[in-house]
Amino acid sequence: MFGKLNLEAIPTDEPIIMWTLAVVALIALAGIAAITYSRKWTYLWKEWFTSVDHKRIGVMYIVVGLVMLLRGFSDAIMMRTQQAMASDGSPGYLPPEHYDQIFTAHGVIMIFFMAMPLVVGLMNIVVPLQIGARDVAFPFLNALSFWLFVAGAMLVNVSLAVGEFARTGWVAYPPLSGLSYSPGVGVDYYIWSLQISGVGTLLTGVNFFVTILKMRTPGMTLFRMPVFTWTVLCTAVLILASFPILTATLFMLSLDRYLDMHFFTNELGGNPMMYVNLIWAWGHPEVYILILPAFGIFSEVASTFSRKRLFGYHSLVWATIVITILSFIVWVHHFFTMGSGANVNAFFGIMTMIIAVPTGVKIFTWLFTMYRGRVRFETPMLWTVGFIVTFSIGGMTGVLLAVPGADFLLHNSLFLIAHFHNVIIGGAVFGYMCGLTYWFPKAFGFKLHDRLGRAAFWCWITGFYFAFMPSYFLGFMGMTRRLNHFNVPEWEPWLLAELLGVGIILCGVSCQILQFYFSIRQRHQNRDLTGDPWDGRTLEWSTASPPPFYNFAQQPVVDGIDAYWGMKERGQKTAVEADFQNIHMPRNTAMGLVISLFSLIMCFALVWHIWWLAIVGLVATIGGVIWRSADDDIDYYVPAEEVARIENQRIKMLAEA
Amino acid sequence: MSNLHGSVDASHGSAKSYLTGFVLSVILTVIPFALVMYPTLPKPMTAGIVAIFAVIQVVVHLIYFLHLNFSPQQRWNVTALVFSTVVIALLVGLSLWIMYSVHHNMLAH
Amino acid sequence: MSNLVQPNATAPESEHGHSDASSMTLFGFWIYLMTDCILFATLFATYAVLGQSVAGGPGAADIFELPYVLTETFILLFSSITYGFAMLALSAGQKQKVLAWLGLTFVLGLAFIGMEIHEFQKLIAEGYGPERSAFLTGFFTLVGTHGLHVTTGLIWMAVVMFQVQRKGLTTVNATRMGCLSLFWHFLDVVWICVFTVVYLFGVM
Repeated sequence: MFGKLNLEAIPTDEPIIMWTLAVVALIALAGIAAITYSRKWTYLWKEWFTSVDHKRIGVMYIVVGLVMLLRGFSDAIMMRTQQAMASDGSPGYLPPEHYDQIFTAHGVIMIFFMAMPLVVGLMNIVVPLQIGARDVAFPFLNALSFWLFVAGAMLVNVSLAVGEFARTGWVAYPPLSGLSYSPGVGVDYYIWSLQISGVGTLLTGVNFFVTILKMRTPGMTLFRMPVFTWTVLCTAVLILASFPILTATLFMLSLDRYLDMHFFTNELGGNPMMYVNLIWAWGHPEVYILILPAFGIFSEVASTFSRKRLFGYHSLVWATIVITILSFIVWVHHFFTMGSGANVNAFFGIMTMIIAVPTGVKIFTWLFTMYRGRVRFETPMLWTVGFIVTFSIGGMTGVLLAVPGADFLLHNSLFLIAHFHNVIIGGAVFGYMCGLTYWFPKAFGFKLHDRLGRAAFWCWITGFYFAFMPSYFLGFMGMTRRLNHFNVPEWEPWLLAELLGVGIILCGVSCQILQFYFSIRQRHQNRDLTGDPWDGRTLEWSTASPPPFYNFAQQPVVDGIDAYWGMKERGQKTAVEADFQNIHMPRNTAMGLVISLFSLIMCFALVWHIWWLAIVGLVATIGGVIWRSADDDIDYYVPAEEVARIENQRIKMLAEA
Repeated sequence: MSNLHGSVDASHGSAKSYLTGFVLSVILTVIPFALVMYPTLPKPMTAGIVAIFAVIQVVVHLIYFLHLNFSPQQRWNVTALVFSTVVIALLVGLSLWIMYSVHHNMLAH
Repeated sequence: MSNLVQPNATAPESEHGHSDASSMTLFGFWIYLMTDCILFATLFATYAVLGQSVAGGPGAADIFELPYVLTETFILLFSSITYGFAMLALSAGQKQKVLAWLGLTFVLGLAFIGMEIHEFQKLIAEGYGPERSAFLTGFFTLVGTHGLHVTTGLIWMAVVMFQVQRKGLTTVNATRMGCLSLFWHFLDVVWICVFTVVYLFGVM
């Protein structure tokens, strides 16, 4: 009746987990109580959970991503503490079975449930505004993508309370991830949470590809788009081309596990190396999906806060396109040591070095943008400068790893760990923090608390260097990744320095939590009345903060790069009394949430082998899709009078500002 | 009520295009099957013909059934198809090279 | 899945506006189909790598019956033509003809699936199921995934027929038929690759 599920699935014998669950339950209950007390359930349901508005969906992605950052970071604290404690031969406090789940969850959460949603969230909030559009091409699919992602995140979180997670590392190589060596439910949780959120991501790729190509405002040719939009277009291409590989590969792994097939088994002809090959054919484009939007953010910020047009716009665009294409021919560098031989390794090693070139071009264009500009060191600019320095170091160690001979020594050592955290934190995460600070006023109508933001930056960058630079040396000294306990006294001082670094990052995260709290409390002092708090150059700054739900009463006509800057130079008003028209808008709907909920039920049932429930979930999911397709009442027209009313309000606010 | 405009209609064939596509597909199917079921040519030649006929039949389907052409409305469709083909060629080709090299270097039997 | 924005934000009810929405939906669906091609390519690559690993069991030449496959191929090809005629009837606004051609396509598609299930059942009964060897795993998965796609298309087709019956040849229904048309022809394209790589190369 309940498949493999029974009460023993709750890990009552693991105090750390039980305490965590208790705290999470308390926080959840407190949150529910607060919302109930302030009678906000209807508001949340109508304005947020059933919304198909890209701005609302983007904010929700970011909220979930930031919450998952806390869980992924907690995993990191636990890992570093264990390693600092267990370097002298003692077992530490985390037994291997638990530790293995923590480093797996850390990777899965940080990549799929922290970085991806922050990227997609920022894409959602900003891109339609930057191209002068009213929403994305497929608003309902957008909502569905978000809720599918939430379902995936829920599955990972449920695995903490019911059952276990994978112990295989975040890419889950077979045969370890196959049925014989991982007979429990952990790998199944892994597979289904990634499959379901992967569908959401793929749909996002379709949505933004079509939106950017087909919905730009009149006059905005491709080479007049903001650079962030260009990077999002290339990111969408990467998603479209790479996520099907992930879907197929995880599908094959699940067939091995559920139907006793032999894709990647040791017996009867299976080939585990094929999994390694395929998963990295996806995995390499994935990391470019994470970094390209960050490059776009830095381009916008460098230009805005240097009060100067971006240097080398065309170089930046072509460099992005080249990176997109090259990212499909470098993937073997993730497994040079696996025996493909000198010819294969040489080809992929050279390609990997070549892909560093367009990235280097970008670094120079950002530097030349700042050179002779009137630089304002607002918080976004701090993140940008921090990124340029930090990411360059990480990129260079990547080029070192690209040499197959060197990689044979450094593969899976802490040198590798240092490299990828260097580029992911110093590149992607710094980019998201920068973007959040930059675009927060646009989304919410007030700026974030400035001093706490600066404190957060300094804690993050200092903490990062303490937490990861020693790992380069530890790698040279021979320390392997994912070690649970070891007895090498030379390593200990470095590990302690890294633990200090983690503590400093924790200060940074705490500053950010406080920043949100105080920013909301002081929002009236920090109100953004003009819609353009940073003296921006692109179209999103021409709208109110937050923009009206339809974005633009009349779509602007564009005649150059930095469209809004051009408007400002010409003294063109952004809000005028005019002959407003009815605006065609999509209706809110609960079906995104409902379909995803049924998918979640199906996936949970699949994890626990509750076959009848899985079928019910599948049928209900399909039924939900058919139900939605039969709905005729999915859009409406905003009357021109309503548009006029909203626009006149803005004109008044601009006059007061 | 026939209020179809845009690409549903514009990229539409006629009965003639479907029938032409059908006849071509039949020829391009029957010959490879015949060559394999009744082996008359040397094997590499059969393999070559079978492969080439498959590619041609795919193109026939794209043109006569999917109405792909180089008109401005279809331009991005064709671009997307070309890009996807490149990605597929890289994925499959490089994977086969990698896996063959692993097989060879790891002294598999 | 409806788009809403018109690049020229005026006269909302113009047919020009509707065709923009329709063409955007078709384009989006085409892009999705490109990703489906890459998904199949992954399965093809895996089949190519595992194709010789028969683990002492049967190989391709031992279990494939080409006349049977040729029949399946013709059925699927016919169904592409009948769907094409359904689209022509749609252009001409002839609702009953649309339903008739769709119905015929559905029957042909069902026959294809029926033949495929029969082939699979026979192999499994002989002990040559997907768990027997890596080659059989690859075969069942690649051909089976194509079959699953066809089945999904059939469910979709049934829903479309139902909605056309109820609401007539609306713009929304027409757009959906257009998307299903792309899907159905794409499945025939994939089948060309399947019968070539799996069956013909296998038996050669």
